[in-house]
Amino acid sequence: MATTTATVGVLAPPSLARPSRSLWSNAWWKLRRDKLTIGAFIILLVLGALSLAAPLFSDYVFHYRFEQQDLLHTYEKPTFENPAYLLGSDEIGRSQVVRLLYGGRISLTVGFVAALVNLTVGVSLGLSAGYFRGPLDDAITWVITTLNGIPQLYLLLIIAALWQPGPLTLIVIIGLLNWTGISLFVRGQTFALREREFVTAARTIGAKDRRIMFRHILPNVLPLIFVLAAIDIGAIILLESALSFLGLGILPPTPTWGNLLTNAVSYFVRAWWLVVSPGVLIFLTVLCLYLIGDGLRDALDPRLKTH
Amino acid sequence: MRDFIIRRLVYAVPTLIGISIITFAIARLSPGDPIRLFTFGIKDFTQEDYLRLLHAYGLDKPMPLQYVDWVTNIFRGSFGESLIYHRDAFVMLMERLPNTLQLALVALLIQLIIGVPLGVLAALKRGSWVDGAIRIFGVAGHAVPAFWLGLILIILFAVNLRWLPSIGMLTVGHDQWDIADRIKHMILPAFVLALTGIANYSRILRTETLDVLAQDFVRTAHSKGLRERTVVYVHALRNALIPVVTALGGILAALVGGALVIEQVFSWPGVGQFTFQAAIAKDYPIVQAGVMFTSTLLVLSYLLRDLTYAIVDPRIKVG
Repeated sequence: MATTTATVGVLAPPSLARPSRSLWSNAWWKLRRDKLTIGAFIILLVLGALSLAAPLFSDYVFHYRFEQQDLLHTYEKPTFENPAYLLGSDEIGRSQVVRLLYGGRISLTVGFVAALVNLTVGVSLGLSAGYFRGPLDDAITWVITTLNGIPQLYLLLIIAALWQPGPLTLIVIIGLLNWTGISLFVRGQTFALREREFVTAARTIGAKDRRIMFRHILPNVLPLIFVLAAIDIGAIILLESALSFLGLGILPPTPTWGNLLTNAVSYFVRAWWLVVSPGVLIFLTVLCLYLIGDGLRDALDPRLKTH
Repeated sequence: MRDFIIRRLVYAVPTLIGISIITFAIARLSPGDPIRLFTFGIKDFTQEDYLRLLHAYGLDKPMPLQYVDWVTNIFRGSFGESLIYHRDAFVMLMERLPNTLQLALVALLIQLIIGVPLGVLAALKRGSWVDGAIRIFGVAGHAVPAFWLGLILIILFAVNLRWLPSIGMLTVGHDQWDIADRIKHMILPAFVLALTGIANYSRILRTETLDVLAQDFVRTAHSKGLRERTVVYVHALRNALIPVVTALGGILAALVGGALVIEQVFSWPGVGQFTFQAAIAKDYPIVQAGVMFTSTLLVLSYLLRDLTYAIVDPRIKVG
């Protein structure tokens, strides 16, 4: 690396020369200048922190529990006078803002946990298929094309309708269905990487398959997996909200952004604000995740042309 | 070319087998007994009757044999009778197909008409606020929960402004061929269904146009002294439009899958809504027919995409 720096130093004016950086520090250097991505990241962190601290907010700020009812104050319009009704109240006088905070916990957890399952399945299957090829690859590819052949939402809705899974099962099901995109990507990358010289070199000095896969190939795929993960979490949050909205996801009384919407639909002529706020939160969260995905892609992929 | 088509068709077979296994397993292994549902409420229904029916429908055979029976019947053109309507499931599904196709095709058209120009515009005005706005829209369009947008539009245009009808396909009592009425009913659902695709196309076309504009033949065209407009519309755009075809597979998948939720929100009597309602009611034959049919449609549309792609881009190796 020292020689490269030296050459650059000679060729370029001193002001343009910068020390060589690793992929990660280079990415961080680029990312810090990307205001949109940083902004999205901050908003997401704030949303996450607010949801995480939901019990604190309900106890100390709003003085209102999420299941607390007040039949004298139903369909309250959003108001600053009573903090609990900052975003209005529903048909039995529950505080919309407190319920949204609690709902965020579920919606975000579902997104992150299911995405983790997705990543585990997708990366391990994609890596094996791309590395070992042959019959194993054929089998995995078959599973992928099959799963891709069924419209995702159809499959999920029908499983949910016929089997009526609980929240935990639902997370696992989403996790086990949604990994095909990640897997295809990792498979393609592994296909190309396993032919590279450094892999041959590793094999020559006697490295085992597992070592080559996890120490030599995976680190090269990893950066873009983070990009896919950010987008994946967003997609799952959308999916869960659609499921909950259709009455098949996580069921009341546990509030989620999706089922808050389902509930609001029944009363939207009287209280339209109940429809607006959960949707805005879903939109904002997913938008931030997608922006972060885009920003990470720009920062992490050195080959990418910067338009 | 013929070999290419035949090979692709052969590839689709194991996929369809996989889909049929999943479809069968989800419906048949799910909790709930179809015979009990089928005969619910019938008086004097004895255990003996139950066993006889079980035998008559072949439900006492081992699962793999039942699967073979089911597939054989599909090839005979039958998915069985609906447990609720007591009519042929596939025929009922086909009655709803035109409604879904109508919605999907209009949405596809909207996507192309709005999405493609947006992407090209963004590329031509690169770096300007127009570009910025279109780029943000390109991400935001994916992030909006479609069903929620549908609701908001219903509240706005149907409930408050009363410009458009909120649900259904036709005004009750109107003539079926009242085109104006039909279009009015279609505007909101078609637009909501189209949104993801509009965002998708605007993103793809932007990247692609920028790529093409940076290529040598565009510089040559410029240096020949051709007008900017000719360079963009004749030379560049033609090449930039190739991914419109490639993206079609994913977009069709999004249309078919997305249609289910949109149909549900707008009470649009299509295949998705029908299948979904059947799943809620545990009407297995319809669920199986619905999933199998839409999946086949999807696999075929992937196939079609690959074929058109091979035709549009001669660099793809055929054979």
